[in-house]
Amino acid sequence: MSTTREDATPHITVEDDRCVAAGHCVVAAPEVFDQREEDGVVVLLDARPPASARAAVHEAVLLCPAAAIRWGDGPS
Amino acid sequence: MRTDVTADVTPDVTTVATPEAAAAVRTEVAPEVTSVVRTDVAPDVTRDVTPDVTSIVRTDAITAVTRDVTRDVARDATTDVATDVATDVATDVATDVATDVATDVAIVGASVGGLTVAQALRRRGFAGSLTLIGAETELPYDRPPLSKQVLAGTWPAARTRLRDRAELDALDMELRLGRRAVALDQARRRITLDDGHTLRYGTLVVATGAHARDLPGRSGLAGVHTLRTLRDSERLREDLRTARRVVVVGAGVLGCEIAATARGLGLPVTLVEPAAHPMERLLGTDIGAALARLHTEHGVRLLLSTPVAGVEGEDGRVTGVRTASGTLVPGDVVVVAVGARPATRWLTGSGLTLADGVVCDDRCRAADRVYAVGDVARFGVTGPDDRGVRLENRTNATEQAVFVAADILGAEARYRPVPYFWSDQFQVRIQVYGSVPAGATVRVVEGSVADRRFVAHAEADGRLVGIVGWNAAARMRTARTLLDLAAPTA
Ligand SMILES: Cc1cc2nc3c(=O)[nH]c(=O)nc-3n(C[C@H](O)[C@H](O)[C@H](O)COP(=O)(O)OP(=O)(O)OC[C@H]3O[C@@H](n4cnc5c(N)ncnc54)[C@H](O)[C@@H]3O)c2cc1C
Ligand code: SF4
Repeated sequence: MSTTREDATPHITVEDDRCVAAGHCVVAAPEVFDQREEDGVVVLLDARPPASARAAVHEAVLLCPAAAIRWGDGPS
Repeated sequence: MRTDVTADVTPDVTTVATPEAAAAVRTEVAPEVTSVVRTDVAPDVTRDVTPDVTSIVRTDAITAVTRDVTRDVARDATTDVATDVATDVATDVATDVATDVATDVAIVGASVGGLTVAQALRRRGFAGSLTLIGAETELPYDRPPLSKQVLAGTWPAARTRLRDRAELDALDMELRLGRRAVALDQARRRITLDDGHTLRYGTLVVATGAHARDLPGRSGLAGVHTLRTLRDSERLREDLRTARRVVVVGAGVLGCEIAATARGLGLPVTLVEPAAHPMERLLGTDIGAALARLHTEHGVRLLLSTPVAGVEGEDGRVTGVRTASGTLVPGDVVVVAVGARPATRWLTGSGLTLADGVVCDDRCRAADRVYAVGDVARFGVTGPDDRGVRLENRTNATEQAVFVAADILGAEARYRPVPYFWSDQFQVRIQVYGSVPAGATVRVVEGSVADRRFVAHAEADGRLVGIVGWNAAARMRTARTLLDLAAPTA
């Protein structure tokens, strides 16, 4: 399963009209997510982050209180 | 409860279920399994037990409410469940606690808390079998939109889904929806479902959340609502279409949101609350007063310091709300938003300590290999005089779920979250970290209350205990760190 995921280099998507601007993603993975200054809505900085950011991104996927972040097709 | 289910499904069951399947429902598989193992014929276990197990699950499939579920369970029946039992057997013979990790996890409650436990377990490499049981028939969905986008009609119900079908499939778990757990037998590590089936577990996670509290006297009256489930939200929305006057009882976060959404639909709304300010317990009196102005400016009629005696009706339809002082507040749609009570009734007599929630230690353990997460969990209870904390918010459910998944897999930390919730009312996004206890000093540190864009700090005994932001999301990012730094080191 992990090999397919590597090969497909899945990318992150965020649904910004779902985002409730809680900022959990920024706390978990600051190099991948940011928030807009005016309303705090998520800004995706890096849709294909390096392997080193993997654990942090998955944490963000789990913790996002709006279920607004998705990453590839694997279990998140 | 059992009669309900039978009434729904009896025709299907009698036509499709095999006699073996029916018998299997009444037979307990587990004791046989253990005796087989004890006489040292372990290789036979799988062969002996699999047929029974398969038929149990098939019966399950037949009684399952949605077609989706049927497909799911049928597909999983032979593979997952067989390994399930095999792992259980292994647990019974093994004496080493470490092997617990490899045993099955049963999660009761298939909403955000329960589902996140499953996701976090898989994320951390858990390869054992997982069963997620949920009383509702919908795929796991999120509740915050129910008083906002769904009630306003801007989101279709399907948008509330937490994960899509493919994502759920990828979790490789048995998902039993439309099934309610009715009893827990801790000694046998077994739960009983409302169809009479039993399920053995290595580790149990209770994630049954909470039910809406009700007012006395409403029974049977059309037009009276509580809001907890997707169906509640859809029913209320339907009733709002033809409503002439809406009364919301309770100006907590939920009541305030419902009032704002109904007002946004152009309806006359009265919000009745016993305290002197809306959301006073959550925001304190100063910001509560600002919230009262926000609602009043948008045309909500606020009746504060007004306890409610009950709901009244005529010819089966609600006519309004009777205040404690005897006044009738007229309304043809009444929404009761007076809090929630933890869904623990099914655990009565299980030996777990229940006290407005499932009482847990600071690792969220209610007993050996039994955890609780989300709205149902009263965690951090360290002794008989300690009430612990129960949080009813969306972020606690996920954070606690991630924590519990890690604990199941051997991490031994303490769960000490910084409470956080948000609420959307009349284009104002309210965010609160920590809490604003009664008597706290509230100081605006940025922006202004009049502009409805500010950050305020709440201090109690000279210590920072809460941070409230209105339309200041980007400024709130440091809030959690500030509160962590200010927290007493225990
Ligand atoms: C309308 C509404 C709006 C909200 N808005 C916000 C918000 O803006 N911000 C915020 O932070 N929080 C909000 N919340 C709170 C948040 O949704 C909850 O904290 C969260 O849903 C808790 O998740 P949970 O998984 O613990 O419990 P629940 O979501 O209550 O899920 C429990 C599940 O378990 C099932 N269940 C119960 N008993 C059994 C049983 N015996 N057997 C099997 N299944 C069972 C239930 O049917 C339910 O599906 C809102 C809640 C509501 C109702
Ligand atoms: S965690 Fe989710 S809700 Fe919060 S800012 Fe990030 S995407 Fe938005």
